[in-house]
Amino acid sequence: MIELQDICRSFVVGDETVHALDHVTLDIAKGEYISIMGASGSGKSTLLNMLGLLDEPNSGSYQFQGKELTTLSEEKRAAFRRENIGFIFQSFHLIPRLTAAGNLELPLMLMGMSPAERRKRSTKVLADLGLSDRAHHLPKQLSGGQQQRVAIARAMILKPPMLLADEPTGNLDTHSGTEVVKILEALNVSGITLVVVTHDVALGRRAHRRIRMLDGKIVQDESSRSNESAT
Amino acid sequence: MRTADYAMLAFSSLRFSRLRTYLTALGIAVGIAAVVLLTALGGGAQDYMLGQFTQFGAHIIAVNPGKTTTMGVSGAVISNIRPLSLEDAEGLRRIPNVRSSVPVVQGNSPVEHGNRTRWTFVIGVNHEVPQTWKINVAQGRFLPNEKLEQARNLAVIGYKIKQELFPGRNPLGEFIRIGQERFRVIGVMESKGQVLGFDMDDIVYIPVYRAMSLYNRESLMEVDLLYAAGRDEKQIVERIKKYLIERHGGEDFTITSQTDILGTLGSILTILTAVVAGLGSISLLVGGVGIFTIMSIAVNERIKEIGLLRALGASKRQITLLFLFEAAVLSGLGGVAGMLTGLSIAWLMHFFIPALPVSVSWDYVLLAEIIAIATGMVAGLLPARKAASMAPVEALRSE
Repeated sequence: MIELQDICRSFVVGDETVHALDHVTLDIAKGEYISIMGASGSGKSTLLNMLGLLDEPNSGSYQFQGKELTTLSEEKRAAFRRENIGFIFQSFHLIPRLTAAGNLELPLMLMGMSPAERRKRSTKVLADLGLSDRAHHLPKQLSGGQQQRVAIARAMILKPPMLLADEPTGNLDTHSGTEVVKILEALNVSGITLVVVTHDVALGRRAHRRIRMLDGKIVQDESSRSNESAT
Repeated sequence: MRTADYAMLAFSSLRFSRLRTYLTALGIAVGIAAVVLLTALGGGAQDYMLGQFTQFGAHIIAVNPGKTTTMGVSGAVISNIRPLSLEDAEGLRRIPNVRSSVPVVQGNSPVEHGNRTRWTFVIGVNHEVPQTWKINVAQGRFLPNEKLEQARNLAVIGYKIKQELFPGRNPLGEFIRIGQERFRVIGVMESKGQVLGFDMDDIVYIPVYRAMSLYNRESLMEVDLLYAAGRDEKQIVERIKKYLIERHGGEDFTITSQTDILGTLGSILTILTAVVAGLGSISLLVGGVGIFTIMSIAVNERIKEIGLLRALGASKRQITLLFLFEAAVLSGLGGVAGMLTGLSIAWLMHFFIPALPVSVSWDYVLLAEIIAIATGMVAGLLPARKAASMAPVEALRSE
């Protein structure tokens, strides 16, 4: 589904040029469950942003289902993100002024869907998540786990084929974290490609394919096609 | 994205920091209120002045003897000037589109009735005064249409004369004495009050021929011509000029049209109003700076949110519009508040000081409102573009 070819991305920090991605080549098949691990500054977040089209490479090619993405215009990239990629963040990134339902409906709003249709979809999704009674709560009135569940629902509301999660459990206690991971893995089982960036070794191990990064390079890429199910 | 949704998001963030919103909108509101109020006062002054000048109607052309290069009554009477005659006045009446012609001779005399005397203006005119000067008879009738030289000694008196000479009595049919002559009162004019300091009610109208003999004059002081509304004034003025030059052999007269006066007056007052509006705009500008500041702060506070929206598929354009909308709503709200404040103050002033002319210039109000929103959007443009140009990754990562 995804082919990254010789992707380079460098930042200038002070006088120094940091090679966050150094000739990275990576193929991702549809439905994979991948974890990206590595120390801080190893380039794992940059890789995730690159996959999510939040960042542009200095060189290299990015093909998504055979389509070259590096040449897309900004508007097209935005539309592509909306339709193909769901993002989950460590700090949830819910808009504090909007209710759970309002946050959930943001992607629909951005694409210009009518309020009635939006409400219908968000109501259904919230019901699936068991958050129906929280629909009109502001994020600060929700627990961390609930917030992250709303964020996941938001990422999935347009049913994108790929989900990118950046430390999805980083801000959660163990119980909520486990719950969130279960939701993500269930989505993966239903066919969604899941990429998780994490520091958490236990979480990283659960993925079927584990990528380790160091200094902007992929230093390890191992797969265990075994179907160890989550417990 | 739908316009309603932009508005909803803009309102939600404005509601979120309420005090800040109020204070910023206040900056714009003060500016708009100032513009509305100042232009209302300026417009009031303008209406008042124009009203004074158009008391006699706007379609009047005055012909005076003597050539003046500036406006006003010719002071120096040059010997080779041919005076305006009654024949001139009658001839001018026949020019196409001239509806009426009033020859004028004016003097100042004591007017007596019984043992009461009042010094007043005596104006010699003909029967066409009411339609020409837009003044009506309240009681009785105006001077009849008679052959000028054979006009009888009839008089029509102003409202104040009636009060002074005939307190509580009907003056119709009574006689008044002007100079050595007796005039029979046949009408009383309606009260018009003062026009540019001249008391319109303190006048006695008598036939022009009688006035000429009363004041020993061979000629007229002025001829007032009323022309048909909607006709080309320039053309009529040209015809008057041509006619008189033909009769007099030279341009020894002055033609003043109402639009000449109104035009000059109007442009002065328009400039005055514009200056006043300009002063108000300065406070609008200050309000704009306030919006710029607040929007810059808002963008900085919401960097993460911007990153998130971008990740969710918002384009740069949408982000720009979002912040522009917020700035526009902010300034628009301030504008409406300012407009209402300005209008209510103007209304209150008019209510408590009725003599103060207040006239709300709606085009200025509308313009101020548009300028307010435009100011807001211009002030919001830079922060909005800054927001849009932020790299989503860095935006998301910022704490």
